[in-house]
Amino acid sequence: MATRAAVEVSGLTKRYGKGWALSGVDLRVDVGECVALLGPNGAGKTTTVEILEGYRPRTSGQVLVLGEDPARAAESWRARIGIVLQDATDQGLLTVGEVVRHFAGYYPAPRRPDEVIDAVGLTEKRRARVVSLSGGQRRRLDVALGIVGRPELLFLDEPTTGFDPEARRLFWDLIARLRRDGTTILLTTHYLDEAERLADRVTVIVSGTVAATGTPASLRAGPAVVSWREPDGTRRVEETTAPTQLVTSLATRFGGEVPELGVQPRTLEDAYLRLLTAAGTAA
Amino acid sequence: MTSMSLTPAAGAPSVAPRWRRTAAIGASRVAIELKELVRSPTALMFTVLFPLILLLIFGSVFNGDVAPGVTFTEYFAAGMIASGAFYSGFQNLAIAVPLERDSRSLKRLRGTPMPPAAYFVGKVGSVIVVYVVQVALLMGLGSLLADLHPPSSAGQWLTLLWVSLLGLSATSLCGLALSSVLRRSEGAAAIVSPIVVVLQFVSGVFFQYDKLPAWMRDVGSVFPLRWLALGMRSVFLPSRFARYEPGGHGWQHGTIAVVLAAWAIAGFVVAARRFKWFNEERA
Repeated sequence: MATRAAVEVSGLTKRYGKGWALSGVDLRVDVGECVALLGPNGAGKTTTVEILEGYRPRTSGQVLVLGEDPARAAESWRARIGIVLQDATDQGLLTVGEVVRHFAGYYPAPRRPDEVIDAVGLTEKRRARVVSLSGGQRRRLDVALGIVGRPELLFLDEPTTGFDPEARRLFWDLIARLRRDGTTILLTTHYLDEAERLADRVTVIVSGTVAATGTPASLRAGPAVVSWREPDGTRRVEETTAPTQLVTSLATRFGGEVPELGVQPRTLEDAYLRLLTAAGTAA
Repeated sequence: MTSMSLTPAAGAPSVAPRWRRTAAIGASRVAIELKELVRSPTALMFTVLFPLILLLIFGSVFNGDVAPGVTFTEYFAAGMIASGAFYSGFQNLAIAVPLERDSRSLKRLRGTPMPPAAYFVGKVGSVIVVYVVQVALLMGLGSLLADLHPPSSAGQWLTLLWVSLLGLSATSLCGLALSSVLRRSEGAAAIVSPIVVVLQFVSGVFFQYDKLPAWMRDVGSVFPLRWLALGMRSVFLPSRFARYEPGGHGWQHGTIAVVLAAWAIAGFVVAARRFKWFNEERA
């Protein structure tokens, strides 16, 4: 059976005044998949996501989200998606428990508010006013409000900005559990380790168009980096598509151990920066 | 963090008819709006307490008669009850809604299956509750300070009811209209509060209307507060005072209804066309 698409986008464009924010974006997210959108600030990530969320109209192109056009979708469609906003400062005077319970009331089959609060690690803050939360705690409340409706598809716009390392790890665990429940996830992020850790596939948007798409491993694929120290003390770094051959010849030359030998695959960050440079020179 | 179960919190997905969903969620919005209001010292001060303080001060300082057997305090109390609709409807909404837009509160709501009408039900419902409390307090204080009589006949209660309903419709819808035109919360108070203060000067609240210069009366006659105040005087002042109203036109209930309805319709048209759930970030 062919996999079903949760998100299907082709030829998506968006014009603001005379400028094009998006000049032809293609994107597919299968049901159950987690896809990360990467790209520099102003590349069009947020515009793309907000069109998919039904917040903004598009200029042209085909967009289907859970089988419907977000520009015309009804409340029943909104009940099937979850949105985690990036920069909200609202509901300050209410408590965490009050806000989550209130929002649960909007959905036909919500998760239990207390379970959701526990899941995002705000159990201790249930009775605290939202205004008293730290930045990271507030982001976790945003996540709680995004998932309380038991969405089939969850949009996460830079969800871990401002998290300390432990909070990020807890957040990643939460995403893993949501995925086990079958939630499809579309994520934008600046953190490549986050994309690598969470996403099945990565789509890189640069200047309003898709610069690359594929699994993190396929994007990373390329020359390996071999490093060692010469007898005269100079440090050598070489990129090669045949690392085994290079290491063998080094071992022969040194007659055994190669000083400070390192062999590393190219990181996703290297691949990403290369893509940006290539796109920059092509433009 | 504990694991999340798949059990829905509340039975099977509801298939309630749309109007019942809107009414139920609207009622929960009324409750949450009021909860936020009573926890906000600023909002409580400006929407509920301020008119009481004004009545206390003006009522204590000026103690002449505006007509035989009618004190200025009685006259002023009727004017403050009319102003109550402006504080709880116009000023409250025109300041609070842009704040909600800037804090992303409205954007968050728009991304949920909450019927948009439920938001307005919540606003109007909370405005009505605030207004009823305010009128009760002003009537109480008015009868302590002066001889302000609560409505004594069914006819007077009926007049209070329809003048209040039309007045609240006009002020709330104009408040929503202004909040749609202002967009940004920054400086909203600097525009909204002077409007309310100036209208109180030219509409027969702070000064006796028939003693105002003709041009000021003409300006006042364009806006709803002058007519609301006249309507409230027809409820709270002795009927013989009617002949002191300018031009010997008496209470002019027909004109009151027409002017208030016209402002309500104008406010509705502007709000319906211009209301935005969030500001476009991109130029």
